[in-house]
Amino acid sequence: MVATAETVDQVQTIAGEKYKYGFVTDIESEMAPMGLSEDIVRFISAKKNEPEWLLEYRLKAYRRWLEMPEPKWAKVDFPQIDYQAYHYYSAPKSADDGPASLDEVDPKLLETYEKLGIPLREQELLAGVKNVAVDYVFDSVSVATTFKKKLEEVGVIFCPISEALERCPDLVRKYMGSVVPMADNKHACLNAAVFTDGSFVYIPPGVRCPMELSTYFRINEMNTGQFERTLIIADKGSYVSYLEGCTAPMRDENQLHAAVVELIALDDAEIKYSTVQNWYPGDEDGKGGIYNFVTKRGACRGKNSKISWTQVETGSAITWKYPSCILQGDNSVGEFYSIAITNNAQQADTGTKMIHIGKNTTSRIISKGISAGKSDQTYRGLVKISPKAVDARNYTQCDSLLIGDKCGAHTVPYIESRNKGAIVEHEATTSTISEDQLFYLRQRGIPEEAAVALVVNGFCREVLQQLPMEFAVEAQKLVGISLEGSVG
Amino acid sequence: MLEIKDLHATVGGTEILKGLTLTIEPGETHAIMGPNGSGKSTLSYVLAGRDGYEVTGGRIIYEGEDLTELNPEERAAKGVFLAFQYPVEIPGVPNSTFLKESVNAVRRYNGEKELDAIKFMKMLRGKTKELGMSDDMLKRAVNVGFSGGEKKRNEVLQMAVLEPKLAILDETDSGLDIDALKIVADGVNALRSPERSSLIITHYQRLLDYIVPDKVHVLAHGKIQRTGGKELAHELEEKGYADFVGEAA
Repeated sequence: MVATAETVDQVQTIAGEKYKYGFVTDIESEMAPMGLSEDIVRFISAKKNEPEWLLEYRLKAYRRWLEMPEPKWAKVDFPQIDYQAYHYYSAPKSADDGPASLDEVDPKLLETYEKLGIPLREQELLAGVKNVAVDYVFDSVSVATTFKKKLEEVGVIFCPISEALERCPDLVRKYMGSVVPMADNKHACLNAAVFTDGSFVYIPPGVRCPMELSTYFRINEMNTGQFERTLIIADKGSYVSYLEGCTAPMRDENQLHAAVVELIALDDAEIKYSTVQNWYPGDEDGKGGIYNFVTKRGACRGKNSKISWTQVETGSAITWKYPSCILQGDNSVGEFYSIAITNNAQQADTGTKMIHIGKNTTSRIISKGISAGKSDQTYRGLVKISPKAVDARNYTQCDSLLIGDKCGAHTVPYIESRNKGAIVEHEATTSTISEDQLFYLRQRGIPEEAAVALVVNGFCREVLQQLPMEFAVEAQKLVGISLEGSVG
Repeated sequence: MLEIKDLHATVGGTEILKGLTLTIEPGETHAIMGPNGSGKSTLSYVLAGRDGYEVTGGRIIYEGEDLTELNPEERAAKGVFLAFQYPVEIPGVPNSTFLKESVNAVRRYNGEKELDAIKFMKMLRGKTKELGMSDDMLKRAVNVGFSGGEKKRNEVLQMAVLEPKLAILDETDSGLDIDALKIVADGVNALRSPERSSLIITHYQRLLDYIVPDKVHVLAHGKIQRTGGKELAHELEEKGYADFVGEAA
């Protein structure tokens, strides 16, 4: 999708006139001109017909962003990002874009879909084949409607965040930015300024969301793009399980991704958030891969609340991601289950932060890192116990598995305990797939790559078990696919 | 079934097998006995195709085919099974998952239809019952936390499930009490048929009381030094290997 020269000229002309007429109705373009400026921020906000307060929020974020330094502490290495080299807004892809049929799609991509057992119609959608309707993929036009109806019956709001601004502006305004402050870090700040869309979920008091917010929606959400913003609020005594992402590799032309996810759990509420991230990792040297700089954080605001993160990270050239929990409510529980797989030239610096504030708060961290090829990954985790967090407990287990002798695995745990009664445990192991294991499995007829996949799946089992059933099956296959070419 | 001719093999540059010749006909059970360091385990790894065990001379013909040209999984798929002296632990992988992967990998290789979960479990439960094992063993991670005896029984279970044409048992009897020994022997005997052969590598003749071999070979200094019937095992038990250890030195 290329903006026509005409559009670019037009926008530049208008921008040059210092928004005398604003951007609201004049521009029909599909894409903002390249680069980032206050004008672009206004352009995005205008495109989305946003309320004044949100525009102000964005502008404030933009100004803060200009002054913020890049986070440099992560163990990842990449060239300086040229923020002016990106487009910060593009309208959802039109049906005419993309390949006409699967014949035009990269056979390697199709091969992966095949291995994951994704049905043909769904493959077409994932590959961006034009004119494939979501409803068609799911055989029945009524699937979407049925789901929506079911959610409405119990009062669950699940919609794009732009729609939520119309349906329940007060909720959005109250909670957006309340967990991840605007200027939390440079990437989150950029998101606050230019986010294009994302999901909004509200579960009313006492409601157990009747379905995993997943399957159908994973397709629907495909084009939410590079600056996604997600806000999930579980009101008192409610429960929701949210699945983000897709096991299938995504076609994506945007290199820089900076998403923000905020979760809020009130008294006795529980949020389970599962992610499978499989963005394009680039070629064998990491060229062309996605930079995934995500800020995910949940606040257990209420007593007895619980937030559980489960992530399977196999994609992207660079992953920078620390899904965290702020345990404010007494007796609240935070969990982080993670599998990170890096192969070829991938780099990942990922982990979590567990901030214990309330009394009797508990957190559990299980991290499984697998490095292959010449990849490098780091587990970075912070467990912080504040003076008031009486009887806080944490258990952390970090296991690293190395495949080959050119990859790296690093574990960087930070523990800050300001309460003498706190119990903090940390266990870490590093191992390799042994030649004995591979020979044993091969002697039983299992080919080498499948043998590696089996050992790795065993290594990750504790985390895979946390995933909802249907996701777990695909994720297991994904583990094998991600490691292809890592042996022999 | 198996014809080994003038086999030379090295491990890490050191020649361990120095012209080993051995022929096993279909339906036969052979025992190889020998002192420590005689090359018994090397022979089993060479037959299974382990990396680092290099054939430098001679040949191994299995069912009319040169075995050395196949990788370990191909040999396994063609019916060569090695019961390990030290079975390996695979943490987090349930025994049943491992066995299903194994059976279906072999079936795929041979162009047969894979077994679905239900058919597979039915077959597997049948096998554990025949061998008098508990299903509990199927749920546990492969060999993790297994006692020595359980590990060996697990090898026999795998053998029963895969029904190999050529089973090689590498010191399967070491460290087993008499009950476990009987289970192992029953497992091997149950597979005996006119089409299947086995090669039992052992230090002691004790196992051979339960699995009666057609032929017994004495391996020392990388060569078969003597071949006889089952009575040879008893003779070795009485006299030890002293004669052979000195002979080629």
